[in-house]
Amino acid sequence: MISVDNAYIVQYLKGHFEKEILNIEEPYGFLTIEVKKEGLIALLVAIKNDSVLQMNFLTDLCGVHYPENANRELAVVYHLHSFINNVRLRLKVFIPASDPQIPSATAVFDTANWMERETFDFYGILFQGHPNLKRILNVDDMDYHPLLKQYRLEDGTRTDKVDSFFGR
Amino acid sequence: MANVVDAPDGYAGSGFFATSFDKIIGMARANSIWPLPFATSCCGIEFMATMSPHYDLARFGSERLSFSPRQADLLMVMGTIAKKMGPIVKQVYEQMAEPRWVIAVGACASSGGIFDTYSVLQGIDKVVPVDVYVPGCPPRPEQIIDGICKIQELIKNEPLRRRNSPEYQALLESYNIH
Repeated sequence: MISVDNAYIVQYLKGHFEKEILNIEEPYGFLTIEVKKEGLIALLVAIKNDSVLQMNFLTDLCGVHYPENANRELAVVYHLHSFINNVRLRLKVFIPASDPQIPSATAVFDTANWMERETFDFYGILFQGHPNLKRILNVDDMDYHPLLKQYRLEDGTRTDKVDSFFGR
Repeated sequence: MANVVDAPDGYAGSGFFATSFDKIIGMARANSIWPLPFATSCCGIEFMATMSPHYDLARFGSERLSFSPRQADLLMVMGTIAKKMGPIVKQVYEQMAEPRWVIAVGACASSGGIFDTYSVLQGIDKVVPVDVYVPGCPPRPEQIIDGICKIQELIKNEPLRRRNSPEYQALLESYNIH
């Protein structure tokens, strides 16, 4: 039996998706691979359906905002887990804030549905092909995406904090 | 031993007792409050202790919780109210019949508490008028009882015509409640 570990996954992806891979690192032993957005869905389908890898579970999907990274301000991060091999993989895709579009993973993992809605809600990332891309946690009439760093975290209607103690 | 409320000020004589409607109705209302618990977080846990036999809110005539706003006298908001929950608090308040009172239990319901953030309502007085604020994070059951006692004092001393006064109508108007 083949032992599936980080080295095996890297070898597999380099064999099948050499052109899609932009960067490989292993912070704290967690294999993290940056891929191009064009090849993302094909890659997800392949590693989910591969008879050895069986990356069958999307643990988490989230956004990150790096305002200082010109033309790659937004990241979408996918955490995958193979229950069978008990091995995990993190995929990162960077997209520009001026065109925050990325293909939806809902066709591959049903669980991506709500996670992508949450990521849209907080970062304004548009998942192309999502069946119901609307806000999920914040109030429906909110007119911005609050975790983008140009918006302040605090609430503007706070009245019991004064400048001298809280610097507001 | 029966717990008997003192009679209000009035004129007592042989076979009669005379006082004003304000006082006698205030006394009756103050000692039969039906609270509606709107508990969203840890302050709600403290309220559960407050209702339990150890602290025993029933001593103050409030043993009967009303989970329908239509029969409730007192809205007790206990816990963080997210902005998404704000309209629901307001709807519950609107469904209560007059006279109605509101108590904000804990720092979050009073001012937003530690949640000075875009998603949290910075105090329920942004959406409904509040009569009594109980500070604490969370407040102990004794503090919640003290808040209820403050509400009782308000009820006892409220003139019967207060709810018809232009000031009260203006207050509701300022919250856009009709």
